Amino acid sequence: MLNNLSLLVRHRALIASLTGRELKARYRGSVLGFVWSFVNPLLLLLIYTFVFTVVMPGTRPTELEPYAMFMFCGILPWSWFSSSLLEASNSLVAGGNLIRKVLFPAEVLPITIVLANLVHFCLGLPILAAFEVYYRTPLHLPDLLWLPAIMLVQLLFTTGLALFFSALTVLFRDVRDLLSNLMTLWFFATPIIYPLSLAPERVQPLLKLNPFTHLAVAYQDVLFTPAPFVVRPGLLVLAALSIATFLAGHFVFDRLRDALPEEV
Amino acid sequence: MSPAVEVRDVRKIYRRFSRRKQFATLKSALLSRTLIGDLRRDDALEALKGVSFDVSRGRSFGIIGRNGSGKSTLLKLIAGIGRPSAGTVRVDGRVSALIELGAGFHPEISGRENVFINGLMLGLSKREIQRRFEEIVRFAELEPFIDAPVKTYSSGMYVRLGFAVAIHVDPDVLLVDEVLAVGDEGFTHKCLDKFAEFRRRGRTVILVTHSLDLVERFCEEALWLDEGRVRAEGDPRRIVDEYRLDVARIENAQMAAAAAVAAGRAASIPARGRAPEASEAEAPGPPAAPPPPDVVSTAADPEEAGSAAAGSAEEQNGRPEAPADMFRAVEGRWGSREAEITEVRLLDARDQPSHVFESGGAMTVCLRVHAPAPLGDVVFGVGLFNAEGICCYGTNTGIEQAVRGVLHGEAEVRFVVDNLDLVAGAYRLDVAVHRANGVPYDYHRLLYSFRVTSRIADVGIFRPRHRWVISGIGSGESPS
Repeated sequence: MLNNLSLLVRHRALIASLTGRELKARYRGSVLGFVWSFVNPLLLLLIYTFVFTVVMPGTRPTELEPYAMFMFCGILPWSWFSSSLLEASNSLVAGGNLIRKVLFPAEVLPITIVLANLVHFCLGLPILAAFEVYYRTPLHLPDLLWLPAIMLVQLLFTTGLALFFSALTVLFRDVRDLLSNLMTLWFFATPIIYPLSLAPERVQPLLKLNPFTHLAVAYQDVLFTPAPFVVRPGLLVLAALSIATFLAGHFVFDRLRDALPEEV
Repeated sequence: MSPAVEVRDVRKIYRRFSRRKQFATLKSALLSRTLIGDLRRDDALEALKGVSFDVSRGRSFGIIGRNGSGKSTLLKLIAGIGRPSAGTVRVDGRVSALIELGAGFHPEISGRENVFINGLMLGLSKREIQRRFEEIVRFAELEPFIDAPVKTYSSGMYVRLGFAVAIHVDPDVLLVDEVLAVGDEGFTHKCLDKFAEFRRRGRTVILVTHSLDLVERFCEEALWLDEGRVRAEGDPRRIVDEYRLDVARIENAQMAAAAAVAAGRAASIPARGRAPEASEAEAPGPPAAPPPPDVVSTAADPEEAGSAAAGSAEEQNGRPEAPADMFRAVEGRWGSREAEITEVRLLDARDQPSHVFESGGAMTVCLRVHAPAPLGDVVFGVGLFNAEGICCYGTNTGIEQAVRGVLHGEAEVRFVVDNLDLVAGAYRLDVAVHRANGVPYDYHRLLYSFRVTSRIADVGIFRPRHRWVISGIGSGESPS
């Protein structure tokens, strides 16, 4: 286990290069190129803004103005999370040639995906900042120091799941389809387009079982709410859980490793 | 000194889910609630059945064997791709495997970036790649294209770049799986030079190939893998010879089986009481087989032979009559059967039945002939055709004035070739007994086949005995 983890450290140059390749190759041939990293979350935001301000104008709570800002704080990390899992689940199958023909630590592939999406997330932050300035959102600026910590928790959590799902997809191709539906459900089960406080009392404990709820709330606390950031117990639990998820994901991946070249 | 590669009792079992269909989806596996039961796979394919050998440091080691003998599996295990089901593989030092070249290339990004990423995958550090970059590009002959996306490369360029990166990993043990077949002649030579350089520097090379010449020329040791087991190991010449013999033996068995089918086919063609009237009066077209040499030259046009063969199919189909054009390469049997060829055997130098003959060696065509009533007018003929249907040689006892006499009852006719001077390839045989004017008693057209093997890859229709005498460039006589 530790041996394999040190392998990741040893391959950091490869991981970095592959992440760079992933980013470069993604928009190669498109007119807007890298701009898509900015445009994608913006378009998504536009859709939700349209729905909540034009189609259903009465539904948003007044204390959460501007509502677009509030949603953006959740959508950005969610895009990182969901794109990572969906793409990672396909990464080993797509890179099958490598796994079968080259001696190569296969976990590098899903990890690369997660990191590439992290970069997209980071590219979204300046846009968020621009909105904050435009709307003059009252922020508690020292809170921003918490941002890297929250991102680290999400990174560990996402990577663990990515490893798990990528290896599982090799054995059961239907994981991919299952996952895409699961992610839709998961999205609506997370307080992203609605605040947690708006959910009915009896549903709230259920939502709090969802690990991503705590991440979304933490991002909203840091990037949206004017009050100073307090570490909620849920986030602490999630921090521990994310480490466990990463180790478990890696463990499962490691167990399936030998089967990969044959099954892919 | 410890060996560079040590393989001990290695087994590799590929399992297949026996009820794969049922359980191809997670849903069905979950629904049937026999997930664990179904996960037990019992349809196993044992690719390697206990293989042990050592490769000493600095040796070049060849692995040969038929398709499916486990060569590539073995190589992958040595490379560390997958683990053996049982046994151990120990490799001392850095391994680089040329299994599929350019496997990790991403089509959308430039050759330059791919070199870096591929190098990193193969275990180089960034600095090492930077240092070797120029050399890699020069070796791949891709200087003008290195910044173009790899998807614009030709397949040759792609493979060259893949090879160049892999070879510049500078491994202690280099594994090569049949990759020399790609690329043009010039590049292949370059690769071989590179291997030779490797060897000089004391690195170990393990080569999996079907090119036996390469093993003989390049390797110091060879291993013959047969159905997942080591069949023989040692001096490459000896191993390659044994392997060639085995291949010949199997080919022989296959051709014998084919010959049995052909004999059955010949026997199934009904005997005819009388020859067709037309052929009674005048021999159809040119004289019956074997065609005299001067006529042969016109038939030697493969195009003509091909089109003629296509055209004659319907008229020949199922009818035991002589085809209008004797030079059409169409199988069949016809004739009046006043005399009948009852058995055709091909014998080697030791009079053993065989279907594979060494070029320059002996071959005997042995016919058993039966004539119920005495026949005075009898000529025996033989014709040899190559795979393209070109007559390489045809003769008969009439032309050569070899036999006179009366055929009655059983007789044996032997066509003895002391030196079968044909180039390597598949050949087919005409045998016939007919009248001096060419009207056939029994004509077997292309019903028998044999194979000629040769260590020399010369080409042509026949192989005149020859030697080379070269003067003016030092003294040298090169027997061929």
